[in-house]
Amino acid sequence: MNEILNRIAQCVEFGKINKTSPYPPNMKDQDGADELAKRALEEGVKPDEILENALIPAMANVGNKFSKKEIYVPQMLMSAKAMNSAMAHLKPFFQSGETKRKGKFIIGTVSGDLHDIGKNLVAMMIEGGGWEVIDLGVDVGAEKFLKALDEHPDAIVGLSALLTTTMENMKKIVMAVKEKFSASKILIGGAPVTREYCDKIGADFYSPDPQGAVNYLKQLAS
Amino acid sequence: MKTILRGKTNDVIIDTNGPVIIIGECINPTRRKKLISTLQEGNFDYVLELAESQIKAGADVLDVNIGFPGVDDVKLLPETVLAIIGSFDIPLCLDSPNPKAIEAALKVAGGKCLINSVNGEEKSLKVLLSIAKEYEAAIIGLTMDDDGITHDPEKRLAIAEKILERAVKAGIKEEDVIIDPLAMAVSADSKACVVTLETIRLIHQKLGLNITMGASNISFGLPGRDDLNSVFMSLAILNGLTCPIANPEKITAAVRASDLVLGKDDFAVRFVEYFQNRK
Repeated sequence: MNEILNRIAQCVEFGKINKTSPYPPNMKDQDGADELAKRALEEGVKPDEILENALIPAMANVGNKFSKKEIYVPQMLMSAKAMNSAMAHLKPFFQSGETKRKGKFIIGTVSGDLHDIGKNLVAMMIEGGGWEVIDLGVDVGAEKFLKALDEHPDAIVGLSALLTTTMENMKKIVMAVKEKFSASKILIGGAPVTREYCDKIGADFYSPDPQGAVNYLKQLAS
Repeated sequence: MKTILRGKTNDVIIDTNGPVIIIGECINPTRRKKLISTLQEGNFDYVLELAESQIKAGADVLDVNIGFPGVDDVKLLPETVLAIIGSFDIPLCLDSPNPKAIEAALKVAGGKCLINSVNGEEKSLKVLLSIAKEYEAAIIGLTMDDDGITHDPEKRLAIAEKILERAVKAGIKEEDVIIDPLAMAVSADSKACVVTLETIRLIHQKLGLNITMGASNISFGLPGRDDLNSVFMSLAILNGLTCPIANPEKITAAVRASDLVLGKDDFAVRFVEYFQNRK
């Protein structure tokens, strides 16, 4: 049983999506995360175990390698795709409540800003950390965040901004969220964002990379 | 097609048939904490340092972006412009999402500036075209509109056509419209650069306008960024890019080499001069 979990983890870490995907070349014609996750469930492996012992540790390795610049954005995207192909088989168990995720995370790029790469990477890594991610997309204003929080009041919120001119909108959103949901935690990130700015606008956490965000959430959940 | 920009007295001609003009991107607070802290103190020494080093490295025009949280850009953008034109005779590209700041800067700038940027959104067209007309500035038209960003080169071309049409209707000369085809990170989408290159080709072919782009971010999230940027720059120039916004310290060599290869540098004068001066 451990062997199949290890193989799923390998596929996720190195971006082997399914049998037909040509990458990485040394895993050509082998089963990918898709087939292996399906088979693991058929063989009676619990969905929790797939999540906890294959997907989450594999994505943590990916995040750590990215932080250390051992891998780059395209590799991370391949890993996320492989993770998603395995995760798809777990969705029914999430929906039935048989498998619980660690919590909910609402993310969006703030109003006026259309950059989505950083936001997407963080969303993928957090999903790979075992969280349910509600991705509001780009150009998201305070109202939309509040509406999402109305539906998921216990969610943690993530804000992304890539421009010095749009990061100011983070402040407005943080104020609006904290006013209505004073207990909610907000983390922020993006090229121009700094820890000082995070403190200044009253957000709870700043991370320079996706794995930092995953680790922060992990700490909140424990 | 020739777009003429002007500093105090110095004309810079962006010519669709001429050598590439470099718009220096470095007066921009992203990842430059020192720029923010010095500007907050009303100290323009660092801005002038950035201006000088970029001009030395080959910048023909300087982009001026002083956007950071809490800034009063209606006050600071014109102050920064005055500081730069007090020391350098070079055309400026005024880079702000706030039309009021752009207008305040145009009031003091003199010469002939470039506005960075107008896009296809109604709101943007309405406000900025009349400002550009009033101060006789040239504009950069970003190929995105109320529907956001499209990945279809034909649609980006259509937005460029719309901006051009609206600008001409507002009394702006055709040659004073420069189009930005949008350059996005190739790490997240392997077709991103091809879409940009195709958009450049279409705009060059169908509209014949000058073309700019923010050319440093296509390599985001990848190793070998300078090499990647240089190659993309050369291909974009081949397709019709005429005035990239980039870091001259990193891109001038590729630009001069492209001009030479494409037959726009007789006797390799500019190419040789660049490398001689760099020694």
